[in-house]
Amino acid sequence: MSSEKGYKLLQGNEACVEGALAAGMKFFAGYPITPSTEVMELSAQKLPQYGGKFIQMEDEIASMAAIIGASLTGLKSMTATSGPGFSLKQENFGYAVMSEVPCVVVNVQRGGPSTGLPTSPAQGEIMQAKWGTHGDHPVIALTPGSVQETYEMTIEAFNLAEKYRTPVIMLMDETIGHMREKLIFKDPSDIKIENRKKPNCKPEEYLAYKADEDMIPPMANFGEGYRYHVTGLTHDETGFPTNNNEISGELIKRLSNKVNNNIDDIAYYEEYKLEDAEIVVIAFGGVSRSAKSAIDEMRSQGMKIGLFRPITIWPFLETQINSVADKAKEIYVAEMNLGQYFYEVDRVAGKKCPVKKINKVNGELITPKEIIDAVKGGK
Amino acid sequence: MNTNCSDITQNYYRVDKLPHIWCPGCGHGTLVNTVVRAIDKLGLNKDEVVIVSGIGCSSRAPGYLDFNTLHTTHGRALAFATGIKHANPKLHVIVIMGDGDSSAIGGNHLIHAARRNIDITTIVFNNNIYGMTGGQYSPTTPYGDFATTAPYGNIDKPFDLCNLAKGAGATYVGRGTAYHAPLMQKLIENGLQNKGFSFIEGISLCPTYYGRKNKKGDVVNMHNFLKDNCVDKKVVDKVPEKGENKIIIGELYKEPKPEYTESYKVIIDKFQE
Repeated sequence: MSSEKGYKLLQGNEACVEGALAAGMKFFAGYPITPSTEVMELSAQKLPQYGGKFIQMEDEIASMAAIIGASLTGLKSMTATSGPGFSLKQENFGYAVMSEVPCVVVNVQRGGPSTGLPTSPAQGEIMQAKWGTHGDHPVIALTPGSVQETYEMTIEAFNLAEKYRTPVIMLMDETIGHMREKLIFKDPSDIKIENRKKPNCKPEEYLAYKADEDMIPPMANFGEGYRYHVTGLTHDETGFPTNNNEISGELIKRLSNKVNNNIDDIAYYEEYKLEDAEIVVIAFGGVSRSAKSAIDEMRSQGMKIGLFRPITIWPFLETQINSVADKAKEIYVAEMNLGQYFYEVDRVAGKKCPVKKINKVNGELITPKEIIDAVKGGK
Repeated sequence: MNTNCSDITQNYYRVDKLPHIWCPGCGHGTLVNTVVRAIDKLGLNKDEVVIVSGIGCSSRAPGYLDFNTLHTTHGRALAFATGIKHANPKLHVIVIMGDGDSSAIGGNHLIHAARRNIDITTIVFNNNIYGMTGGQYSPTTPYGDFATTAPYGNIDKPFDLCNLAKGAGATYVGRGTAYHAPLMQKLIENGLQNKGFSFIEGISLCPTYYGRKNKKGDVVNMHNFLKDNCVDKKVVDKVPEKGENKIIIGELYKEPKPEYTESYKVIIDKFQE
């Protein structure tokens, strides 16, 4: 466990590592890529100090594979990447979903597609985080809006990964990753730590993928005496491949439901000046900072406007967005892409009130003025 | 140690998963058995053995074996295995891959695992063809040979996998075949005892695709080819001309170097607070 105390001036990327260590991270594998690299560098420096392991792999694919191997061997594991690296990790990300291996994948988003804008902020992987790998699968993705929150949400990312036996994405943007703010460390006694559920049966009775009522199978680590088989193929409760249609369908549904049926437990969000708001801005990550500033400005001009900030970006906060839409006369979704989260919001809220886009993809932040202009222009 | 065949099967195979899926005459079953017998000979604790594979015919092997087993994505077995070994260096990590798995899609992982000299024993079941997808050429298909994707003869030049592993930094390299099973077993035993990255090529045979496409005759003929065309390195070292136009088998290279997880432990011991 991290022994950091008090407070420090840190980047979001550094706060991510501090959160991971506080959550019990003991393994990091990665490949350097801007703007996520500081996550890797600080992990390299700190992990051995806490008895953990670091390795710089030959590429992003190998890094994702290595953290799955390490997690199966019992270590809480993380990798970090950006844009092109996130694309490369997708196949093995799907493997972690299918084989139910807890781990944390950090994507500090940069401009794209392709090599795009390596040092500029973007929020272009909202949909890739959800559907980047092939097949139907659940995703938990968190989008922090400050350095402090990056620290706290990274702890939560590990907890959710362990609790639901699934990879969890920290979907940051360059603004948050490279921003420096005061980070107040939590007292270790105040940090709630989740650990994977272990089998309590005899090894010979262990069915590696037999889920309990909560849809999550207990997980033994390699080397603990439970010899079992892990595969990315569709498998039955024993973990061995099956072509049985009924079992195959039930597995894929269970993987989805164990996340989607627990949205209340996974839902993190912030409501800012929303009580009497007639106009609602929905924004997350770096853009939410501009949105708050814009809202304060418009409030001072007497406008009834507020912010709904998703922190859990996946699974989609359908209930919360629904109730926002019930009260709003108008919703704006501001994001550094051409409208990815917008379509999800519009699907839920579009029948209740007009939903409009505020977008920017030139590698610059959306400014408070641009939000103000869009909202006032939209009237 | 079990010498009795049925004891070996009962102790190390998941008998409820048999029979295996491999075609009649495939060399993979023999090679798997050499892996199991090597583990048995060394008396390794089953709970401390992890067998990792990628994708392809060879990579179905772990499913039949009663250890901690991991069937990963195509080409990535060594990257998963690196995570396992680094996380818990006490485990004996064995990787079983095919020729395409290890040297085409997984070629980069092979050279980097070898370069790190991480203590993993890698066994490549090389049947010179992509079997599971139906007979396309692989990086070890001989020049001029036929495959479904080389209908006019293969013009890719084949890899010598052992030279590749040695050049990349493996500290133990050997080559056996499905015909030379006792040698293969011995090489795997040596590889498991080498503290570092061990690479053992096991020449297998694929009568269904490679053999049929290239008119190599029946399975007995294919085994006879291995018998007649392989020469042990020890023989060639004494009489070099005996190795001309032959496949050199046996222990090809051995050179201890610092092992990755041990080097990392030095860092932990020095810097842990």
